[in-house]
Amino acid sequence: MTLKIVVAAKQVIDPETPLSAFQIDANRVSTPANLPPVVNGFDEQAVEAALRIKEAVGDATVTVLSMGTDFALDVIKKPLAMGADEIVLLQDPAFVNSEDPTLPVTILVAAIRKLGDVDLVIAGRQASDWDNAQVPMGIAEVLDWPIATFAQKVEATDGTVRVERVLPDGHEVVEATLPAVVTVSNELGSPRYPNMRGIMASRRVQPLIWTAADLGVDPTLLAPAFELISLVKPESTVKTEMITGEDDEDAGRKLALALRAVRLV
Amino acid sequence: MSSGILIIGELTNGAPSSTTLEALLVGRALAASISNEPVALLLAGAGAAGAAPTAIAHGADVVYTAEDAPLAEGAHDALVVAAAVAAKQADPRFVVGSKTVVGRDVMPRVAFRLGTALAQDCTSLAVDGQGRLLATRPVYGGNAEATLACLGTPAVAALRPKAVEAGEPDASRSGEVVALAEAIDASVVRARSVQRVEQQATGMRLEDAPVIVSGGRGLGGPEPFAQLEALATMLGGAVGASRAACDAGWLPSSYQVGLTGKTVSPDLYIAIGISGATNIWRAAATRVLS
Repeated sequence: MTLKIVVAAKQVIDPETPLSAFQIDANRVSTPANLPPVVNGFDEQAVEAALRIKEAVGDATVTVLSMGTDFALDVIKKPLAMGADEIVLLQDPAFVNSEDPTLPVTILVAAIRKLGDVDLVIAGRQASDWDNAQVPMGIAEVLDWPIATFAQKVEATDGTVRVERVLPDGHEVVEATLPAVVTVSNELGSPRYPNMRGIMASRRVQPLIWTAADLGVDPTLLAPAFELISLVKPESTVKTEMITGEDDEDAGRKLALALRAVRLV
Repeated sequence: MSSGILIIGELTNGAPSSTTLEALLVGRALAASISNEPVALLLAGAGAAGAAPTAIAHGADVVYTAEDAPLAEGAHDALVVAAAVAAKQADPRFVVGSKTVVGRDVMPRVAFRLGTALAQDCTSLAVDGQGRLLATRPVYGGNAEATLACLGTPAVAALRPKAVEAGEPDASRSGEVVALAEAIDASVVRARSVQRVEQQATGMRLEDAPVIVSGGRGLGGPEPFAQLEALATMLGGAVGASRAACDAGWLPSSYQVGLTGKTVSPDLYIAIGISGATNIWRAAATRVLS
């Protein structure tokens, strides 16, 4: 029986965006138009985990779900170029990226149910914008599926998912019966680079688009978990002191003494 | 009518963990803003009852204890259920946990199980004029700071470890120790831990290191990291690397520090050959020198 894997992937502003290009207006973050968004790094690793499972079991499909108001198609199609089978964009003017995980959890659950017969949902451990690190847990709670988090390795055979969960002093092996949710951590390793064949193939694919109406969800009826009071660039409290000396060695010595004076070394 | 605060505690070797004591301090401060409504604490795991007096001395008015086998074994599924039971028992306005290795897994699930979402990784918590929990948290990798009013009943938040310093115990405080109302059965554990593999420690863990010497693209190659290693060893710390350095294959990704790598909170972070990105440290309780 085909193992049906769903990967939840989010389009985010490039986390490498320099602070100077990072603007907040009326509690919304914006970056200059010439800085393209990226697929959230941990989510690319979730795609990688799904592709490794597919390679191991053979009979598997990888469907990528991504929620948003608008997408940079060449960016969000990267998982296809990596080898995913299909991508469904959950796209609606109401699917605004916000501080509140309630909406993405509801929308992704609706999409997973609409796909039907999903065995395994894989997502990155957190997104590099709101760093909420909880949408996968919310999906597991709403679907009442088991969840194994912070995976460095994921295997799925015989109706069971087996995960190496990263711990501070090593890892533990966690097993759960499918269907289940898994989040992956950076220890999983680098996501593969799309090869030319993958890139060409992904260009020909038009992603499916599901709106709120397609999913049978009215976002205005959801009870929000939060009201955003303020979103600001934090006050910079960085105090810079340049330490100079006659030469590098002397400056280094003075730096070491300065650090010792404040008991940091 | 919901009242008071429930803290989801953790046990370390039969004592309340340091993050639990931090949460108790925050809990008392919150209670002071809501007419000193009670601060309850869940201690679930081996030695919970024995740890209760320490928790009371640190500010708990009520301690719910449970030592059922799945909790003693540290099963996160069991802790989620225990937290939900404690929330039913205490009927709090606010539920507060910590973003620890356990809490980062458990607290989001507790929030969704209680019908809301989690105010994650909070550096401070307060109560606004309408009695709502106000959560302040770094977002966008520390490039921005959000303040959220939590609308859930209860509101659920996870504190960033070390965001506050735990208070001094007051042995004269009194409190109540109550057994959790429901037994936690092994059947609630659906993600089963079948094996634990201890990693052979090769030097200090980045997450614990008081000093981190980190290198980036500016080093030009893997060779200079040997010097960074020597400096880190001398300072009693660990070597880290930027994403650029790891992407270039100079060091394994386990060295990667920051947004897409490990979250660390050293006392001293020395960045060598790393441009920008010190904003990652802005939100941490860390002094930055670069």
